[in-house]
Amino acid sequence: MISSLFPGLVGGVLIGLAVVWLMSSLGRIAGISDIVAGLFLDSGSRDVYWRMAFVLGLIGGPVILAVLGVNGNLVSGARGLLGSPVTGPSTMAIGGLLIGLGTGIGSGCTSGHGVCGLARLSLRSLVAMAVFLAAAMLTVLAIYHL
Amino acid sequence: MFNKLIMKPLAGLIAGLLFSMGLALSGMTDPRRVLAFLDVAGRWDPTLLVVFGSAVLTTFIGYRLVWRQDGPLLTSRFQLPALTGIDRRLIGGAALFGVGCGMVGYVPGSAMASMGGGYMSVWLMLAFMVLGWCLTRRKPSRP
Repeated sequence: MISSLFPGLVGGVLIGLAVVWLMSSLGRIAGISDIVAGLFLDSGSRDVYWRMAFVLGLIGGPVILAVLGVNGNLVSGARGLLGSPVTGPSTMAIGGLLIGLGTGIGSGCTSGHGVCGLARLSLRSLVAMAVFLAAAMLTVLAIYHL
Repeated sequence: MFNKLIMKPLAGLIAGLLFSMGLALSGMTDPRRVLAFLDVAGRWDPTLLVVFGSAVLTTFIGYRLVWRQDGPLLTSRFQLPALTGIDRRLIGGAALFGVGCGMVGYVPGSAMASMGGGYMSVWLMLAFMVLGWCLTRRKPSRP
């Protein structure tokens, strides 16, 4: 398990650098739900080009790593980069809907509230992340232990 | 025009690439990794905490260095969220998000970064995520 921590550290720093770069270049918070939702709900915006490029980067980054033969940090210890879904399509659909509704109503997800918000020392984001974490842990407890 | 069509998208592309590479290398695109962190009653896995901690610390330091500049490289000003209040929408939304994440082991970032993995159910989940966003935000949040 300890061997999984170093890739975690490296990946976390990369995520942080991406977030800092977006602030440095475009002056924007790196909120994934906000940026992606903006493509669908705010498509007339002049932000549409950089948002589309950002999404292209999000999809393309792991594809590039996979082509280069880079391995990820899978729990199974197997070679490979991305993991695979653990639940069936219906659970994925319901989970996706809840994630969309929740991040839409709560104005942010793990990147916007989590990384950006906590780094800005926003109390609002801290509360959002605490509630998110508690609800996620209780859900896992209910599914796997009750 | 050059700025809008070339430089800004290039900056966005670089940010997206770095972000998703960080997610994949750290193991956060493996839902088992996320669920193992959330499973405090099982074999708890601290990896997510390390990823999150190093991302927040890097951002904390980086933001403060960046904010010393007069403004961003390609736009006129830093745009920070204006909302500061803690209300029922924030709490309720975060709770729904938590339940969804606990069910599937994905968050929006890791789901987007996993699109190239070839699993149709990831795309299905994302389609429903977009549906959720559309149901909650009929109008653009910014004028």
